[in-house]
Amino acid sequence: MSDRPILEVRDLRTGFNVKRSGRKMRVQAVDGVSLSLGEGEVLGIVGESGCGKTTVGRSIVRLTKADAGEVVFNGEDVLKARGQALRTMRLSIRMVFQDPYASLNPRRSVGDSVAEAGDINGAFASRAERAERVAETLNAVGLDPSFARRFPHDLSGGQRQRVGIARAILPVPAIIVADEPVSALDVSVQAQVLNLLMDLRENLRLSMLFISHDLGVIGQISDRVAVMYMGRIVEVSEVGAILERPVHPYTQALMAAMPKPDPRLRIAGGTELGEPPSQFERATGCAYASRCPLASQRCAAEAPALRTFTDGRLVACHNV
Amino acid sequence: MLGVKDLTVAVGPDSNPVEIVSSVSFAIGKGEVLGLVGESGCGKSMTSLAIMGLLPDPGPRVRSGRIELDGADVTNLAPWQRVEAGHGNIAMIFQEPMTSLNPVLRIDEQIAEAVRVHDGLSGAAARARACELLEMVRIPDAALQMGAYPHQLSGGMRQRVMIAIALACRPHILIADEPTTALDVTVQFQILGLLRELCDRLDMAMLFITHDLGVVAQLVDRVAVMYAGRLVETAAVETLFDNPAHPYTSGLMACMPAPGHRTRRLTTIPGQAPQPGSISSGCAFAPRCPDVRDICRVDPLARATITEGHEALCKFPVTGSAA
Repeated sequence: MSDRPILEVRDLRTGFNVKRSGRKMRVQAVDGVSLSLGEGEVLGIVGESGCGKTTVGRSIVRLTKADAGEVVFNGEDVLKARGQALRTMRLSIRMVFQDPYASLNPRRSVGDSVAEAGDINGAFASRAERAERVAETLNAVGLDPSFARRFPHDLSGGQRQRVGIARAILPVPAIIVADEPVSALDVSVQAQVLNLLMDLRENLRLSMLFISHDLGVIGQISDRVAVMYMGRIVEVSEVGAILERPVHPYTQALMAAMPKPDPRLRIAGGTELGEPPSQFERATGCAYASRCPLASQRCAAEAPALRTFTDGRLVACHNV
Repeated sequence: MLGVKDLTVAVGPDSNPVEIVSSVSFAIGKGEVLGLVGESGCGKSMTSLAIMGLLPDPGPRVRSGRIELDGADVTNLAPWQRVEAGHGNIAMIFQEPMTSLNPVLRIDEQIAEAVRVHDGLSGAAARARACELLEMVRIPDAALQMGAYPHQLSGGMRQRVMIAIALACRPHILIADEPTTALDVTVQFQILGLLRELCDRLDMAMLFITHDLGVVAQLVDRVAVMYAGRLVETAAVETLFDNPAHPYTSGLMACMPAPGHRTRRLTTIPGQAPQPGSISSGCAFAPRCPDVRDICRVDPLARATITEGHEALCKFPVTGSAA
């Protein structure tokens, strides 16, 4: 892994217009996110529903239009790319989606789905080459090449997700943005798909943004972890430091609440962690202040910026 | 409290039934929490619907076996017949609180409806009891929140309302089918704590259905692991996690990513669960089992007792000494 980042996100902002009770409102799903992805690195993005982690991923691959900010890849701003530059970028930064049932076209054969990116970009010189590349790619994700002729409806969830990964790696990308790629799978199948992603990362020298709500999964696959809350990053650190010594009060609450497979750690009533506030009434200060045990007057008035700690981690909190 | 004996649920015509729940037996005592664990399609939800008398019609049917509530046989009684016979002290909460609540009724009316049916209260008395139930599930400002519609509440609050409705019938046993799967972890943590607290305080038994071994470890007293329609292992929670005897149970535990124990590769269970009806003889786990022997594929199943209260449906269970 080199120190030079392969992807750099600077002050990304993405919002949505929504209607509530007839009133037009704006939800700022991503509210100034900056992060960098090293070459060959897996950066995990963890957070609860509505924190903006999916929108970060979708903004980077331009499936959702960002309002402001920069996403620098190969010295160019992905958000400003057009025409051929945009098409090239789309072969280099690929996405794997959460729901393997919704993300495959039910009327296209597996082979056609996998080959799609190559077809669009005229990557195959002949039908034979196309068939060969599809077979190779299916092999790489642990599927028999005969799957090319099959359709999504007779595949299991794990097999579909392998097809989803095959589609992403056919053009041999530099970066994979994986949005909850194992959340829809049973635990025994989830382990198979995680192993596959770890193997591909090594064999294809991929860099990966791995988005998940599951700290167990994030801890297994990531080198560094960014924790998001209400559209902002609250803590970024090397994976061991986050799991063993979380610093931000929200990261600590998340770690405490994570189910642990240890029958000696009994769950008890009366622990109140509060619930996330409304998306529409974003506080001026720190978004976590309403639930935070350390909240002070300053937290309500002023949003904390990320500060670098001595161990290299970044934390956005006034009081730690 | 609740006894299930040799419960078999099958779909399809009588001439050619396909079993989706096969010979499931367990009992839950007063105040006890039993976790029913398994992956999707293993039959855990069908088991719970059969117990509640809520199997969809037309659809799967109870073919054989017995369901007892407080010692009374309720196997073939519809829910309304159970209430008339005085065996209505069982309630259920579901995974998705939004689809289980009526979107056009205020929550106080939905809770009061259950209070009217079970306690025979009406008007102000029913509303007062509804408010009491909302306080019991720790909804902040219960009196103010009573007039809210479900869409105005968060997922966690909706699940609390569902629990309040379930508690309205003063259940001796609560069946919770993946009640926190749709919730965020910080919210899940609070709901699980609430459920455990209610069981302890009201001496209520609970059948907790989940696919999440982490949740099971921290919440329940005893665990039943289900695979392809059968209970493959039952044990006290500490025993199960310390000495899993069935290869499926130990496989499940090994493939869970555990923070702090980062490994190069996760252990996996190869292959996938069989379709119902596709395994005609021997053990349904045999095609995926790392310790399979030829005899496993043909011989009838055998239930082994490892220690008192610890059983595994396996001919060659992993025992403490061998492991």
